[in-house]
Amino acid sequence: MLALKRKPFHGGIHPTGHKELTANEATINSDEPQRVYLSLQQRNGVVLRSHVNVGDTIVKGQLIATGPNDMCVPLHAPINGVVDAIGPHVSAHPSGLKVNTLVIRGNGDPNWGIPHVPCDTSKLSPEEIIQRVLDAGIVGLGGAGFPSGMKLRFARQKQVHTLLLNGGECEPYLTCDDRLMRERAAEVAAGAALMVRAIGCSQGIIAIEDNKPASIDAMRSAISDRPQLSVQVVPSLYPMGSERHLIKAVTNQTVAPGQLSTEIGILVHNVATAQAVYEAVRYQRPLIRRIMTVSGGALEQPANINVAMGTLVSDVIAKCGGLKMEAGRLIAGGPMMGQVLPSPFVPIDKSIGGILALSKDEIRAEQSHDCVRCGRCVNACPMSLMPFQMAAHSRISDLDGARHFGLDHCLLCGACSYVCPSRIPLVQYFQHARSSLNAARTMERKSAQARQLTEARQARLHREAEAKKAAKAAKAARKPRKRTARTSTRTQRNTSNNTSSS
Amino acid sequence: MVQFTPVAGPHTHGGTSTTDLMYLVIAALLPASLFGVYLFGINALIVLLTCCCGAMVFEYLGLKLLGRSSHSAMDGSALLTGLLLGLSLPPSTPWWIALSGVFFAIIVGKTVFGGLGQNPFNPAMLGRVMLLICFPVELTNWQQPTPPTMTDGGLAMNNHWLNINIDGISAATPLSQLAGDVSQSLPSFTELSLGQHAGSLGETSALLILLGGLFLLWRGIIHWRIPVALLLGLAIPAAISHLIAPESFGSATSHVLSGGAMLAAFFIATDMVTSPTSAKGQLLFGAGCGLLIWLIRSFGSYPEGVAFAVLIMNATTPVIDHYLRPTVFGQAKRFPL
Repeated sequence: MLALKRKPFHGGIHPTGHKELTANEATINSDEPQRVYLSLQQRNGVVLRSHVNVGDTIVKGQLIATGPNDMCVPLHAPINGVVDAIGPHVSAHPSGLKVNTLVIRGNGDPNWGIPHVPCDTSKLSPEEIIQRVLDAGIVGLGGAGFPSGMKLRFARQKQVHTLLLNGGECEPYLTCDDRLMRERAAEVAAGAALMVRAIGCSQGIIAIEDNKPASIDAMRSAISDRPQLSVQVVPSLYPMGSERHLIKAVTNQTVAPGQLSTEIGILVHNVATAQAVYEAVRYQRPLIRRIMTVSGGALEQPANINVAMGTLVSDVIAKCGGLKMEAGRLIAGGPMMGQVLPSPFVPIDKSIGGILALSKDEIRAEQSHDCVRCGRCVNACPMSLMPFQMAAHSRISDLDGARHFGLDHCLLCGACSYVCPSRIPLVQYFQHARSSLNAARTMERKSAQARQLTEARQARLHREAEAKKAAKAAKAARKPRKRTARTSTRTQRNTSNNTSSS
Repeated sequence: MVQFTPVAGPHTHGGTSTTDLMYLVIAALLPASLFGVYLFGINALIVLLTCCCGAMVFEYLGLKLLGRSSHSAMDGSALLTGLLLGLSLPPSTPWWIALSGVFFAIIVGKTVFGGLGQNPFNPAMLGRVMLLICFPVELTNWQQPTPPTMTDGGLAMNNHWLNINIDGISAATPLSQLAGDVSQSLPSFTELSLGQHAGSLGETSALLILLGGLFLLWRGIIHWRIPVALLLGLAIPAAISHLIAPESFGSATSHVLSGGAMLAAFFIATDMVTSPTSAKGQLLFGAGCGLLIWLIRSFGSYPEGVAFAVLIMNATTPVIDHYLRPTVFGQAKRFPL
């Protein structure tokens, strides 16, 4: 009952953490990989334009590709070496989609190609800070991968009053944010202070789940000389890392469905993003490495590892001693919301915070049964939806029915599937329904566009016909013979009628 | 072999299964069942075994009829239905009546609607009501408990217990006393909670059922909302009416502790399939069950109203689930509850 009272929001679950596998080991700094594979297509589908060609020698930190606008972060070379190839390579997309990928062969030299000297960050204006974040190619490292600089700029325009740093890390197995806060607390704090200044808000709150006491201590001592920052401990409850739920837990405010958190004056960033912002602003270093958790029961040596972007998953697993048993699935991200990797040769990108090699015992895949309406999913749903009803409607592709029961609000957090005693793959149904809805909406948009064009064309034809008619009438008015003029007008009217009816 | 085909998360599971839930509920009912057999003897055992085995056989046949995998007959849901029906019957029920009740419960109550999870009504209570209407005499023939007694020579079992004398000692249940003349001496609080009085096979010991229910609450199998709401829904009107007219209304304790109220609160109304899923809905459902039980007991022609009350509330479940949905996180509350 006490636990119930302390719950900051309805629902949520306490999945088995498995964090002890990696939480107490120092982060390993991985060597320069022999090859990196950098996707030229971003998560949002935009294709970057490469500034280098096959055979070019490039240096670590060099800008190698850019996109058409600020919504696409620029791409930098994570290692020194030579461009080996530009061609299709398997991506992290669950379908195993091949996208245009730039391959760099490394020469093993770990030094930056361009010197990155520290600067006095206190002299930088907020715009300069945001520009440096944009130039460094930083995206949200929590998993969504939204360009951080854009988020900061948007928050500044919206006059946000609070920056909330998400150190929740509620997904089981993942400990990279925990390790980062323990090992680089000062950098996280400095990054947070820079972000507070960039958006011009009054305070920054670092929210940490209560199952990470070492991180809480480290962050508390790191922010002791920064009065604008504070640490707030939140209960460990999945999905605490969800933006809306973290805001509710920290400030007791709720963000209405369909609204952004900036509407109530709060901007949420991940702690790892704050650390990347520090490096970007102080040293002008681009984001070319990240700390990720490599864990799972099938892995020989689970660890947190600092890897270069573009390293293959197979290389990362090999660095962690390889697999000790047959893995059931390879997952990018955590076990709750992570995605199945379609191949071990997928390169790491900026938004992959973990790689899990899960054994069959951990996955616990079982045949699903009929729903017994036990209501466990309703109790577990952090959005207070009725997952079993949504699944029943999604199953028969009754998309309106599924939306009626809250499909649009679903976070796809998987809490319902985790507790379902009938092992119903609820999230699978929701994803099916969501993508069907998206497809339907795209079709609708397309047909609306087509309709608009057709109407515009008809209006134009009509206008032209009218103009012709008017010209003819004017011509006829100048001529003395009225009879022919009337006949020609009638014919003209008939033709215009035909056009509009067709 | 590593699976590379896309599947949606989560890629792990809490580990509970429907079968586990069902067998845990059955385990929670075992003390009350065994106590019933101890009180009422061999015939009680025959009733329970008929109901349980019959339920499994009919479930198997039902699954065959539906063209489903017959493995599900072992998932415990049919066994639980059979056990609940058996526990709600008088211990002297002939086996063939019990069997026909089980047939109705499983085939008409469950298979006809499409099997597990599809039935709108609690199958055990459907079977119970069918029997009550078709065999009113047998279903209201209550026996005095005749447990074996401890003597110097060991455990002495009487003929009633051993079922040698078919005609048991009939007696009035506390509820028929309540319905008749309240001024008659009702069983005391201890007698009611321990079960030393006539009644259905598994309904007599309120204490053992409460223990089973608390076990389920502790294991998180059931939520407190329905039991608490049901008991309050029954106790509050009973207490008020008893306060106003003690000569014609029974007290709250006698209502809560006698008959099937406890069994209904923890094991019957909490049936997952036929009860609402939202928090508000469960509270309303439980309170409705409790109130109906009191109304039927106090004003209806039957002394006991649990089965009818639960079935009536089962019928409202779809409506409750439709209207009393949880408010979406972040949305303004529709009802300030």
